[in-house]
Amino acid sequence: MAKKTPEINSSSTADMAFILLCFFLMTTTMDQDKGLQRRLPPMPDPNQKAQDQKVNRRNIIVVKINSADRLLAGTEPMDVSQLKDKIKEFLSNPANDPNLPEKEEKDIEGFGPCMVSKGVISLQNDRGTSYQAYIAVQNELVKAVNELRDEFAMANFAKLYSKCNEDEQKIVREAIPQNISEAEPKDVSKK
Amino acid sequence: MSKFKQKEKRTVPNPPSGSLSDIVFMLLFFFMVTTTMRETESKVVVRLPEASEIAKLERKDLTSYINIGAPIRSLQAQYGNDARIQLNDSFKTVDEIRDFIAAERDALSEADRSFMTVAIKADENTRMGIVTDVKQELRKCSALKIMYTARKPAED
Repeated sequence: MAKKTPEINSSSTADMAFILLCFFLMTTTMDQDKGLQRRLPPMPDPNQKAQDQKVNRRNIIVVKINSADRLLAGTEPMDVSQLKDKIKEFLSNPANDPNLPEKEEKDIEGFGPCMVSKGVISLQNDRGTSYQAYIAVQNELVKAVNELRDEFAMANFAKLYSKCNEDEQKIVREAIPQNISEAEPKDVSKK
Repeated sequence: MSKFKQKEKRTVPNPPSGSLSDIVFMLLFFFMVTTTMRETESKVVVRLPEASEIAKLERKDLTSYINIGAPIRSLQAQYGNDARIQLNDSFKTVDEIRDFIAAERDALSEADRSFMTVAIKADENTRMGIVTDVKQELRKCSALKIMYTARKPAED
């Protein structure tokens, strides 16, 4: 006679699993961190003599934010909403204006020669600037670069930058570099 | 009499609950895979600034967080409401960032060290002075990859 094994009472496993589930729901986070990625310039070597990097004046645009969150781009004060167009004009220099940054022909691997702007954006802020204003300006700078990259990708690969594959993105990145220099902290407020 | 007895025996059969645990386990595994453990308790109030051009953080395990903001309400009696830096679970001064970064870097494997990212989570009303100090300190200990954590602006 075959012995019948008694069935294990499994009605409580659901409860145990529920308790585990609740535990994990309480202790974990699901939020994904997003933000603006930046690379800080390395600290200058104290033993090395400060090399004055000669950057032609036309190649640099200074964006200053003062302690009242007011913005100065180049020589004119402006609103954050105007900054993007100013930066785009500065970086692309469509009319080859002698006051805007010069371009340099560069041979990009896999693409060929291309005119690359030598423009550098220098961002300076005061200690009293609010973080919100600082991020807003950073965001506008990134937006300007991203739009230029999109335009470049559209013209050469007929798709947006984000839709390009890795090699194409690399080419676009080289053609439209993101040269934002976060200068040494400086007191920009007028005494 | 026997007619009545027959009627009493007929009851609604229990719905089978054997597969219930399987369903719940599946849910459990889903949450275990998609989430990460909350590591630190936030002691500062951080309302992130808005930015539209944000990129996702790629490797969460290679990221160290620096929170900057005013202490939470229950700690304000003790610490005041000036912006402070929180590393791991306690308030720290700017000078202690160096040790923090060194410890975080040591915890990573050799190959991953160059990809270490420092996420700065600062409140939108923080003054840049403290953020600049933090940035200078990060440069000194050559943790150059940083990210300003921000949130997507509300759709309008």
